[in-house]
Amino acid sequence: MALYNLPAHELGNKLRKKEVSSVELTRGFLNRIAEVEPEIGAFVTLCGETALESAALVDAKIGRGEPIAPLAGIAGAIKDILCIKGVKTTCSSHILDNFIAPYDATVIAKLKQNDAVFIGKANMDEFAMGSTTETSYFKKTKNPWALDCTPGGSSGGSAASVAAGEAAWSLGSDTGGSIRQPASFTGTVGLKPTYGRVSRYGCVAFASSLDQVGPITRDVTDCALVLNAISGHCEHDSTSYNLAAPDFTKALTPDIKGMKIGVPKEYFGAGLDKMVEEKVRGAIKHLSGLGAEIVDVSLPHTEYAVATYYIIAPAEASANLARFDGVKYGYRAPGCRNLIEMTVKTRTQGFGNEVKRRIMLGTYVLSSGYYDAYYNKAMKVRTLIIEDFKKVFGKVDILACPTAPTTALPLGSMLDPLSIYMLDVYTIPVNMAGLPGISLPCGFSGGKPVGLQLIGRALDEMSVLRAAYTYEQSAGFHKTAAPLGGVSA
Amino acid sequence: MKYETIIGLETHVELKTATKCFCSCPAEFGGEPNTHTCPTCTGMPGALPVLNKKVVEFAIKTGLALNCEIQRYNRFDRKNYFYPDLPKGYQISQLFLPICRGGYVDIETDGATKRIGITRIHIEEDAGKLIHSGASISDSDFSVVDYNRSSVPLIEIVSEPDLRSPQEARIFMEKLRSILEYIGVSDCKMQEGSLRCDANVSIRPPEQKEFGVRSEIKNLNSFRSVQRGIEYEQIRQAAVLDEGGKVIQETRTWDEEKGVTHSMRSKEEAHDYRYFPDPDLVPFVAEPEWVAKIAETLPELPDARKERLTGRLGLSAYDASGVIARLATADYFDEAMKHTGDAKAVANWILGDISAWLNSNNLEMRDFPVAAGNISAMINLINKGVLSSKLAKTVFEEMLKSGKAPAEIVREKGLEQISDAGALALAVEKIIKDNPKSAEDYKAGKDRALGFLVGQVMKETRGRANPEMINKLLREKLS
Repeated sequence: MALYNLPAHELGNKLRKKEVSSVELTRGFLNRIAEVEPEIGAFVTLCGETALESAALVDAKIGRGEPIAPLAGIAGAIKDILCIKGVKTTCSSHILDNFIAPYDATVIAKLKQNDAVFIGKANMDEFAMGSTTETSYFKKTKNPWALDCTPGGSSGGSAASVAAGEAAWSLGSDTGGSIRQPASFTGTVGLKPTYGRVSRYGCVAFASSLDQVGPITRDVTDCALVLNAISGHCEHDSTSYNLAAPDFTKALTPDIKGMKIGVPKEYFGAGLDKMVEEKVRGAIKHLSGLGAEIVDVSLPHTEYAVATYYIIAPAEASANLARFDGVKYGYRAPGCRNLIEMTVKTRTQGFGNEVKRRIMLGTYVLSSGYYDAYYNKAMKVRTLIIEDFKKVFGKVDILACPTAPTTALPLGSMLDPLSIYMLDVYTIPVNMAGLPGISLPCGFSGGKPVGLQLIGRALDEMSVLRAAYTYEQSAGFHKTAAPLGGVSA
Repeated sequence: MKYETIIGLETHVELKTATKCFCSCPAEFGGEPNTHTCPTCTGMPGALPVLNKKVVEFAIKTGLALNCEIQRYNRFDRKNYFYPDLPKGYQISQLFLPICRGGYVDIETDGATKRIGITRIHIEEDAGKLIHSGASISDSDFSVVDYNRSSVPLIEIVSEPDLRSPQEARIFMEKLRSILEYIGVSDCKMQEGSLRCDANVSIRPPEQKEFGVRSEIKNLNSFRSVQRGIEYEQIRQAAVLDEGGKVIQETRTWDEEKGVTHSMRSKEEAHDYRYFPDPDLVPFVAEPEWVAKIAETLPELPDARKERLTGRLGLSAYDASGVIARLATADYFDEAMKHTGDAKAVANWILGDISAWLNSNNLEMRDFPVAAGNISAMINLINKGVLSSKLAKTVFEEMLKSGKAPAEIVREKGLEQISDAGALALAVEKIIKDNPKSAEDYKAGKDRALGFLVGQVMKETRGRANPEMINKLLREKLS
């Protein structure tokens, strides 16, 4: 198997055994990018030069016989929503297309301490608003399993880069499914940590009470490694938990005997693709065969989750995106004669349609006279959704369900925003409750990957990772590399 | 006046914490533009706020000093509006759950004590500062923005509509400043903007129960403009009503130079701030134990200090009010009292010569160069008869110049008072002899002549004669 298709932990072993150098590995990824990027379009910005510099530093460490961190010297792709000092951070938006971040996001600073190599900034839906990466101002990213399909979104570039062998691992962000859904569509492993497990400082905010940064990787082991590197309390983020993160690799034992896995009936209703249902139910059966106890459960308020999300997330976004006014950084509309004109034109020209739609939705639901009917009501429903999970987690250890109702959709196939919003029906409730959730491949339908979602109690990534690892090691779907329809692999 | 004026004040107080409200940049006034800044207080993409606990402590301290109830569960909200000095496009504030509620301040008005309710106190962050290329934003080619002040902590103190005159409003503001100075939470410099106030003003005929329609007056940047702005507004509103018109609810701005208020925006044009809880900041709990600890740090407040001065020290209410109004003055008084027992004299010097000197030099008490102990020593010399009140002025001038101790000045300049009866008798006899006409006049019943003779004796002794003794001697000799 080509090096670029190996998981990060295997590449790390090769580095430590000096079978390959970090510079060689990094060049390998850059060559791979040169080869397939014209087809895939996973990156907004490439950081080849600095990546090779970081790689050389790691090689020097290895040469001196110093110990290196698990991710040291291994190239990763960073969603373009995360600030890297001195590097363009665009959120795939026109309004930030010239913005160079003056500081490192906490997750980036932590990865730098681990000597990780950043190979480029990954494409995404504009400001993470979308489920197909098609709202990006710059380009459409294609699914390495089917080039006429979307990789999902909003972290589509992160997921596609890993699936196409352009990066060994990547970081995404997940507000309503933006890590898990593209992982599902691209046959990768994507984890949204518990809200507060990973710092949001330096992750450009979409919906602050829902956003969480997490890994998209080739397998569950890599997922634990990246999570180890980025977790922990951050003094710049008051919503980050003030407690030490466990060593998540301790969860990597193939043993789920006696683990109680709940199957929520609301996650298998109308709208779920038959083949997807079949694969997911097959995976649950497989988990049962590995010793887990399967329990039918109910999360009765699931049907309100999408509607509630599309009030809370836009409300927060309408304030979070107010700072993009052309005054301090980013795009400023030319030729304006006064302040109001500058603000209006900058935002009119700088934002795409989906972003504008959500700003308007959010502005509306917070407006005087509508606040109680929409925002306040939505916050109450959110509490009911949280209560649903609390009750269920009194009976079971984790939940198993589909990540998305379908496999990857053809590019441009869903022009109606409402049907796009429904793609996140199984992932949104997890953000609303702040729980950890993982998506991992559980089979294929028409040559496209199907994702299994496992959801855990708050701060219990360990159980989620253990179940995911156990299933993965037994089922082995992670070993199949994307064919890149037509592109030589 | 045929209408009653109803006033409520919203006072913004800049807190003098070392660092800003939600980041660790210095909160101090000034500095080169955009040097006290970081990603958080300039609204960089991805930056997040973290609450400075000292800000909460100062807000609680203020609440306790203003007799408020401190709320246990607290939260921040976002107030959304666009302006270039507001880098995030929203201000972090507290609308739904202010940290303090239901307090009061007692003010002295027309010799009586009046209680003014405090509705609430909440915490918020300040905005940056726009600097226009022209005189105002509308006639500027461009403007630049300085974010040094962005996210400096503020508290907003909202009063009940309990004030009934512009004079009361001013007294209330002055009292508020006293309290805030005493508890050390703010510099309270109106000229630097660390104390600012908006006034809600309405008028009503005396027989009317409901309040009239109010206007909100902004840009009241000095104690004088608080009073003048409200005076103008009550007259303006009365004129509207007298002409059969209706006062409309609007925001107006005070023009200090022209002495008028201008309409800024009507109720219909008012912003919809779309407040909602800030998801970046977790709610915080002010535990009663913590509040109790903060209460222990409260110093003696102005009212208690005044009571001490009028009670044990026997000052008049008027003098005591004058002494306690500003913390630096009150502390100067206390310091002086460590070295003399004459409270009345200390108060007189502070409210008389010292104030006059400060005013004429445009300085504040904290800048006064003479040590309080030297003022006391001077008073003691007067009381012992060593120094005359008249020559004390010379000593005072010299202390301002050289900073020397009064006894030293008296010695060096030979200002010691002559109280020796024999020596004075000689001088008195000489003056009577030299001024027979005046002596006759006095004997004939013209009292004014005595003053002239006293003056002549003082002249003869270069001001050093004890005036009481001269008086006595002259009366004896001429009777």
